[in-house]
Amino acid sequence: MAFEERIDVHSELYDVRTSALKNFEIKGFPTKKEEAWKYTSLNGILKNDFSVFPKTENNIQYSDVKKYFLHEIDTYKLVFIDGVFSSHLSSTTHEGIDVCLMSSALNKPKYKMVIDAYFNQIANKDESLTSLNTAFANEGAYINIPKSKVADKPIEIMFFSTGSEASLLVQPRNLVVVGENSHVQIIERHQSLNSNPVLTNSVTEIFAQKRAVVDYYKIQNDNLEANLIDNTYVSQQQESHVAVQTFSFGGNLIRNNLNFYHFGERLTSTLNGITIIGDKQHVDHHTLVHHASPNCESFQDYKGIFSDRSTGVFNGKVFVEKDAQKTNAFQKSNNILLSDKATINAKPQLEIFADDVKCSHGCTVGQLDETALFYMQQRGIPKKEAKALLMYAFSNAVIENIKIPELKKRITTIIADKLGVKIGFDL
Amino acid sequence: MLSIKNLQASIGDKEILKGINLEIKAGEVHAIMGPNGAGKSTLSSIIAGNENYEVTAGEILLENEDISELSPEERAHKGVFLSFQYPVEIPGVSVTNFMRTSINETRKAKGLEEMPANEMLKLIREKSELLEIDRKFLSRSLNEGFSGGEKKRNEIFQMAMLEPKIAILDETDSGLDIDALRIVANGVNKLKTKNNAVLVITHYQRLLDYIIPDFVHVLMDGKIVKSGGAELAHLLEEKGYDWIKQEQEA
Repeated sequence: MAFEERIDVHSELYDVRTSALKNFEIKGFPTKKEEAWKYTSLNGILKNDFSVFPKTENNIQYSDVKKYFLHEIDTYKLVFIDGVFSSHLSSTTHEGIDVCLMSSALNKPKYKMVIDAYFNQIANKDESLTSLNTAFANEGAYINIPKSKVADKPIEIMFFSTGSEASLLVQPRNLVVVGENSHVQIIERHQSLNSNPVLTNSVTEIFAQKRAVVDYYKIQNDNLEANLIDNTYVSQQQESHVAVQTFSFGGNLIRNNLNFYHFGERLTSTLNGITIIGDKQHVDHHTLVHHASPNCESFQDYKGIFSDRSTGVFNGKVFVEKDAQKTNAFQKSNNILLSDKATINAKPQLEIFADDVKCSHGCTVGQLDETALFYMQQRGIPKKEAKALLMYAFSNAVIENIKIPELKKRITTIIADKLGVKIGFDL
Repeated sequence: MLSIKNLQASIGDKEILKGINLEIKAGEVHAIMGPNGAGKSTLSSIIAGNENYEVTAGEILLENEDISELSPEERAHKGVFLSFQYPVEIPGVSVTNFMRTSINETRKAKGLEEMPANEMLKLIREKSELLEIDRKFLSRSLNEGFSGGEKKRNEIFQMAMLEPKIAILDETDSGLDIDALRIVANGVNKLKTKNNAVLVITHYQRLLDYIIPDFVHVLMDGKIVKSGGAELAHLLEEKGYDWIKQEQEA
């Protein structure tokens, strides 16, 4: 690929981008020969001749896409159409907090200190897809919440692809810096508006300073031609709480690489996910929690419901360094297979070098309980609704964790819709 | 009310019910007693529509309508209620919400609107008082971590909510201490009217001291071999089942 001419040689980031590109050139796209990509193949997707930069600027009307937003409440909005910022759909701010564009943060001197301190600092420089993103990405969300500020409303980051290109590669780059004692809620969504294939290779870096609280929600409910590789890197300081919750309900192929790194004591990391897919959809959750300091906790709870020929992967790695005594690390992956043709590959990976820790992991794979279904039917609940109720109850532990009521309602509605029922779940 | 004619059923190759005939009229309480493995729970499961059993002959009529081809939920909508011997735990679904779904699905099937929330709450309060159920209990996950007695009380609470035409109580007395037994029996008796009927399935006579049956039937080896009044239960308690077997063989 002849990307070179698109790199801005005057940019301060020239060196960063050049070395990232070199790394990508050496490594190339990951293949199934690599352990981390054993169950997820990009071959089928990469056959498309992706346009890297959209030729035309596309516009969409708010009324056409309103349903994808959390329109019941007021939010900050960062909206990108085919990778390009849409000012008329967005609602940014610089009042006390910065909710704006990565491109301006990368180019304007007033953001230089933050960019120098954080940009590409926690992202894995060896990882080829992250490198590909680093080499070229120049647009995405830039969120900086200074010390002791609470973002007064949730921030929605929305990436639309219009399908005006035959096939498009989008590479968003998000940076979230949350200062000491600060709090922010963020919702990220990628949505294609047309059935032309799209490949999104997104990188998000999140920095939580001391006692910062970050609630990050990823909604992945895209159409069957949309592919998403989400690389998220979280850096946490002491006593911070970061929760990343991923709701994967649609898309052709989704790969979530979610990585947490600890740089302080008594902090908490939460990684939750609900995956409900069918058809030939594929969702791969690769998580890493790197416990490097004492007295920290991590909780992972991933629920998966797979029908038709869909496939799921859960690979949860917990690394506990020698110094990370009194670590509590819990990991659960519970899965229901609704069809003989659906598969889940669940693999916990624990590497523990400290001796005074509590680490647990549990993977379950099962079917719906027939006796429970009969019981519910006996009480007048039709089989389809009974199944849905059981599946909803199965996911409920994760749903309960959603802190924004309107979002919780939205997720619940999507789930009911996925399960093909009209039950007002609010258990 | 409920009329069972020559009901035969099997699971796999095994024949379990070998021609059951039973006629229960509105306002009546019937008891089926019998030794373990006689087919008592199979009979109750089949009336409720459990698809694990194959009905090979006979019919089940509810108010003169054959319900033997209906799904379990359709039978429930028509007024069949089965209190389970082993109520199923459903984590993540509270008692209240389960009941709300149950009531509203039943109403939907009858072409009625959903029950308004205030009416639902009032009904839940009334019926839970009848079964001496604590309000906190109603927000817990259905049957999860409930004691044996709590599970059975919760079954009768659901029965009270749904007001079935025919309630089948499958071994409702098992696992109950005497206080819980009294509460459960009291609940059933209060719900009893001349327009509904109860079928008590039990191994022991104990429950029948509290819920007095009009008729007692003895089920052995897939057949009803003897029927009588409430006194038959006492006789069985006293003498066991062997004498009936001998009577049969003679």
